[in-house]
Amino acid sequence: MKYVDEFRDPKLIRQAADEIRRLARPERHYRIMEVCGGHTHAIYRFGLEGLLPENVELIHGPGCPVCVLPMGRTDDGLTLAELPGVVFTAFGDVMRVPGTKGSPLEHKAGGAEIRMVYSPLDAIKLAQASPGKHVVFFAIGFETTAPSTALTILKARQLGLDNFSVFCNHVTIIPAIRAILESPDMRLDAFVGPGHVSTVIGCRPYEFIAQDYGKPIVVSGFEPLDILQSIVMILRQLAEGRSEVENQYARVVPWEGNLPALRVLEEVFELRPYFEWRGLGFISQSALKLRDEFAKWDSERRFDVPGIRVTDPKAAQCGEVLKGVLKPPQCKLFGTECTPERPVGALMVSSEGACAAYYNYVHRMAMAGAAESL
Amino acid sequence: MCLAIPGKIVELVTETPHLALVEVSGVKRQVNVDLLTDEGLGLGDWVLIHVGFAMSKISAVAAEEQMRMLSMMGEDHEAMLEIEGYQFGMDPS
Amino acid sequence: MKTLEEEVSVALPRVRFKDARIEMAHGAGGKASRRLIEGLIVPLLGGPLLAPLADAACLDVDGARIAMTADSFVVRPLRFPGGSIGELAVNGTVNDLAVSAAKPLALLLTFVIEEGIATETLEAELRAIADAAQRAGVQVVGGDTKVVEHGKADAVYITTAGVGRADPRARLSAQSVRPGDQVILSGPIGDHGITILLARGEIDLEADLRSDTRSVYHFVEAILDVAAPGLRWMRDPTRGGVATALNELARDSGLGIVLREEEIPVREAVRGACELLGLDPLHIANEGQFLAIVAPEQAEEALAAVRAVPGGREAVIIGEVREQPARTVLAAASYGGTRVVDMLVGDPLPRIC
Repeated sequence: MKYVDEFRDPKLIRQAADEIRRLARPERHYRIMEVCGGHTHAIYRFGLEGLLPENVELIHGPGCPVCVLPMGRTDDGLTLAELPGVVFTAFGDVMRVPGTKGSPLEHKAGGAEIRMVYSPLDAIKLAQASPGKHVVFFAIGFETTAPSTALTILKARQLGLDNFSVFCNHVTIIPAIRAILESPDMRLDAFVGPGHVSTVIGCRPYEFIAQDYGKPIVVSGFEPLDILQSIVMILRQLAEGRSEVENQYARVVPWEGNLPALRVLEEVFELRPYFEWRGLGFISQSALKLRDEFAKWDSERRFDVPGIRVTDPKAAQCGEVLKGVLKPPQCKLFGTECTPERPVGALMVSSEGACAAYYNYVHRMAMAGAAESL
Repeated sequence: MCLAIPGKIVELVTETPHLALVEVSGVKRQVNVDLLTDEGLGLGDWVLIHVGFAMSKISAVAAEEQMRMLSMMGEDHEAMLEIEGYQFGMDPS
Repeated sequence: MKTLEEEVSVALPRVRFKDARIEMAHGAGGKASRRLIEGLIVPLLGGPLLAPLADAACLDVDGARIAMTADSFVVRPLRFPGGSIGELAVNGTVNDLAVSAAKPLALLLTFVIEEGIATETLEAELRAIADAAQRAGVQVVGGDTKVVEHGKADAVYITTAGVGRADPRARLSAQSVRPGDQVILSGPIGDHGITILLARGEIDLEADLRSDTRSVYHFVEAILDVAAPGLRWMRDPTRGGVATALNELARDSGLGIVLREEEIPVREAVRGACELLGLDPLHIANEGQFLAIVAPEQAEEALAAVRAVPGGREAVIIGEVREQPARTVLAAASYGGTRVVDMLVGDPLPRIC
């Protein structure tokens, strides 16, 4: 696979890992946060943590758009799903996320009409094919995905579709990073920046991290070589006392971002005054909602969405794992009460969730003390 | 975040300018290219696909440059080792 | 009178089936299926012959060892590139017997037919079954037919029972597997599952793929001819894929299995589809492949024997059994990265985000 396989070249991976070992000064302990859940997933899927020296620690950030939604939003979505005549559509990632009374899959087993889609455009097609039903699309994602939702809403308007609306849960990345930087629990040296969000927003929005907080941030791709190269670039910055925004993923990320995407976001969405994030609390101007002229395609205005607020079970430490304060196995419920089959929180089932990545790719190996034998 | 995959444009239809047929490892998928209207896409171009939309045009030049830098990573160091090995009659203390 | 809960907990206190409802995940072949079987079905139906939960049961009938298996086929759409439900029914049943080292002899088939389907549809399936049976060298010796109301079946459900003669040369069990044993895989994985996913038309992907449905008995026979003493265990990785089958072995044997990531054969198009959908080929169903665990001193011979059979050219050794990490399957990449390969949890849900 072109543009994939080259960045998984074993020889170059070993070389990059060696370079990291060379650059990492033994007297320092480096704490580098990968913001994006996709990076967390890649790190574990490719076994990259095992290639790093002990003193280079990767901290998992809150960049999992499903994980940061409080359970109440899932409940709100499922309230819509249970309405007669409503077909609830969402990406696969959402299907196993626990709501108070079960996940979407469990609601489906109970008779609710819930369908998985691979693109928001599929939801439109479904609405066109089912005139007697109302199709709700549960929109999730950071700025990577929001433009697709925006284009879809524009298409719904163009088609004059009456039986389609979006339950919008798009969140923005910069406020989350800011919250991490402001958090007293956090002591980070640098960031591996979210590569795909940056294809939309570009690299400029991260300048405050380097300039105001003095932390290097390298916008990174998702293949093993991308991530390792980004860590090399970070270590070089730290060694040279620099703090800059660098673009490791230049083959895909334009420094200025994607203008048509930014335009369509501006056209369709506006920022909510505030939004609740699991683990980070209420953050102002951190989530999107549809502008008034698109009210007709806004599920929150077409229907009575209860606005349920549900706190996570006391013992669950989802918030701390999201902030990077705890590693997944440090949560008391990890692997016992909370497993991918019986999740307590979204982090254990979302494909971007740190707990899921750790559980699926690592933990049994760690438990069996495999490191030595390999 | 979010899964995005590189694919090659194998078909463009003038009647439907917002769509392109993209191929990934022999698998073809119709993709919306509205976000890349400013790029001037052509057959053979590579794009990054996410939830049925093309998000970015992949720069072959940037990719090659990156591969070059990655290949050099080890070479720089080997070159340094070699030079250090010469010692040039220097006093080890 | 005991409640169901009480009965189940008395029979098998360890695994408990607590779900209030049966969900799709329970039929997907992964962890949820396992819980249903071990937590509810076995405790209520069980006995010593059921306990091993192998692909086929072996009964001693007056000195002859008879293997029996049952299976059900629920496929949408009925026809897909590479085959149809009828072929799956024959090959699937034959393969369950084959991987139990039994020569398949006869099949019984029952049809549950939805009223209103065209006779042509049923006829096509019957022809497919006849063809597949002939190719697999088995006879259809009996069966049953029922018709149900419109909407009560997905066109046709087929259930099968297969009977075979256990090959006396084979002694298969998870307990006989040893560290150092080699893992042989008969060919590329993921073809069937991805073909079905695409054939459903819900995903906008086009690919030149076919189901790999076929009988694997000839390959098994070839191994038995040259390496029977070294053959420890076999399985056909259907729903849940290679990952689930090997995890079951790891669990049942208490050993670890380490796969070499680059050795695992996956066709380009399957790989592309999996990357696009965020699926792992190791979790995808196969209908014409099998896994064999063979002692190291006979592994190369066994592999060569499989490769010599038509259709066996792509067989490969993908890894080996180790003592550690216990009860775990790992995949190691050549650059040194390793990851755990877990059993499928529920249905493989394509990830997008």
